[in-house]
Amino acid sequence: MSRLQSRFAALKAENRAALVTFVTGGDPDYDTSLAILKGLPAAGADVIELGMPFTDPMADGPAIQLANIRALSGKMTLAKTLNMVREFRQGNQDTPLVLMGYFNPIHHYGIARFVEEAKTAGVDGLIVVDLPPEHNEDLCEPAQTAGLDFIRLTTPTTDDKRLPVVLNGSSGFVYYVSVAGVTGANAATMDHVEQAVTRLRRHTDLPLCIGFGIRTPAHAADVARRAEGVVVGSALVDQIANATSPQQAVDGVLSLCAELAEGVCNARH
Amino acid sequence: MTSLCAGPNHKGLFGQFGGQYVAETLMPLIHDLAAEYEKAKVDPEFAKELAYFQRDYVGRPSPLYFAERLTEYCGGAKIYLKREELNHTGAHKINNCIGQILLARRMGKKRIIAETGAGMHGVATATVAARFGLECVIYMGTTDIDRQQANVFRMKLLGATVIPVTAGTGTLKDAMNEALRDWVTNVDSTFYLIGTVAGPHPYPAMVRDFQAVIGKETREQLHAQEGRLPDSLVACIGGGSNAMGLFHPFLDDQSVQIIGVEAAGYGIETGKHAASLNGGVPGVLHGNRTFLLQDDDGQIIDAHSISAGLDYPGIGPEHAWLHDIGRVEYTSVTDDEALAAFHQCCRLEGIIPALESSHALAEVFKRAPTLPKDHLMVVNLSGRGDKDMQTVMHHMQQTTETH
Repeated sequence: MSRLQSRFAALKAENRAALVTFVTGGDPDYDTSLAILKGLPAAGADVIELGMPFTDPMADGPAIQLANIRALSGKMTLAKTLNMVREFRQGNQDTPLVLMGYFNPIHHYGIARFVEEAKTAGVDGLIVVDLPPEHNEDLCEPAQTAGLDFIRLTTPTTDDKRLPVVLNGSSGFVYYVSVAGVTGANAATMDHVEQAVTRLRRHTDLPLCIGFGIRTPAHAADVARRAEGVVVGSALVDQIANATSPQQAVDGVLSLCAELAEGVCNARH
Repeated sequence: MTSLCAGPNHKGLFGQFGGQYVAETLMPLIHDLAAEYEKAKVDPEFAKELAYFQRDYVGRPSPLYFAERLTEYCGGAKIYLKREELNHTGAHKINNCIGQILLARRMGKKRIIAETGAGMHGVATATVAARFGLECVIYMGTTDIDRQQANVFRMKLLGATVIPVTAGTGTLKDAMNEALRDWVTNVDSTFYLIGTVAGPHPYPAMVRDFQAVIGKETREQLHAQEGRLPDSLVACIGGGSNAMGLFHPFLDDQSVQIIGVEAAGYGIETGKHAASLNGGVPGVLHGNRTFLLQDDDGQIIDAHSISAGLDYPGIGPEHAWLHDIGRVEYTSVTDDEALAAFHQCCRLEGIIPALESSHALAEVFKRAPTLPKDHLMVVNLSGRGDKDMQTVMHHMQQTTETH
């Protein structure tokens, strides 16, 4: 059983949803980012998404755009992101970690080399925003052959006709982008979330994680009652943006993570 | 032999270039657009409407003008200029805008968005949006807004909202990111009118088809004037739409030598340039796999060119493929060479060319003198230089100060 499968199975047994947290690797610098990463599981993160910085994050809103710029200004690279995962895995063998980003840095790194190094480093899955199922042979197939999950984004525009195409080859979990828009923008209504979950359930047995625009413990709890996972990114990244020192960045992210986790844990009880 | 004009395949690929590399939210829209375009392409009503607007609104056909004084000056090849700068709005950009706005109208879209670098595509988009009474939002980098203020004013006069993009270096690439973010947010109402032969399929093929009127006319006009095919074609390349428009109808004519001219900025060796084919490697950006300027980590490097319209770190995927198979020769010209050609064209022909088109002219000044007098060379004069007065004045002042 993969780490993602084990984690979602365990959470199902506890009757609670997963808190999935996103931060950008190397934001605001390598050491601070690693400290955040190492602290997330104890602060209640069940699944970690680690962003691979890119100069042109076309699907991201201002918060994550700035996170990318901070990381790149600190000379973050894909090789260093992989190294950060290696360092994280020295102290944590249970928490699933998924790399999230855009295709070009991976393409440039070399697909075979990237897949092999990611697997060895302890990466569990990949989310590549600009790599739709139309290009499965580029990365999805080699990644899955190597034992990495390939997590797909589904959106309000992915209709019933297209859903099977998107889900074919998806593994780990399904990420539902609950609003048409960029990260950190508006949130979906709970009616929309419920309808989307019902629709997706007809097509897949994979855990459903809902993201985009979720910022508060109460909001996370609302979503946690309706899906297997709640993804929070921009709100955590804002803690780094607003911090006046590295320590404050670490504390800010981890304390918000703990509040969100409390909301998610208590949601169904 | 398969025609070189046959591409792209069903996945939008030209060889290994092109494709549909966008976020899932946009995929259904892109498939819809491709399907709608396929229908429009074979609809005689669409063709009729397009032809009407090309003739009576754009002013087509544009002349193929024998540049006698340029030819005399170079002392070699017989040089013809394809006068795209005489189109309404002053560049080739409107050929594509008219086509796409008619498609947007067929699809019932009420809101048009576009990115622009030099502002010519922004102006052309604002123009057609005004003509058809559609809301228009143009994304433009702040660096480009500073150097193309006249075009910003023109867009506003035409009723468009110009949104400054501060991200990155505030040039075309950043404007395109922001336009994509708008599109992903306003999927139902909005039509994204991409200005060049790049982006996800079907854009590279669709924009090429709308621009191919340039090459088709050139073929007929040269046949009428000289009774034969040209020996060579020269065009500048940023994203590559004016070049693709001229080149495409001649790809299968092996006797026609085809030359694309990239912007070498301060020189390719300096790293400050916009020559994706001569100074980049394959990668994926803005929906397609193509040659890109990027660093060792696969991060996109900002392009540099004196010409805002060429200031883009990528190139249309069909050009990447034509480069790969060697059908088109891609050279490059520096800022200084383009400026020298700009001045020569003004003085010799009484035509003020755009700085973009001046790159093609600079290549002509290099090549034409070495060629025989019966060599027929066609240059795409893709735009007029009125928008570049500020840049040229600034450069002339700097040059005077340093000498």
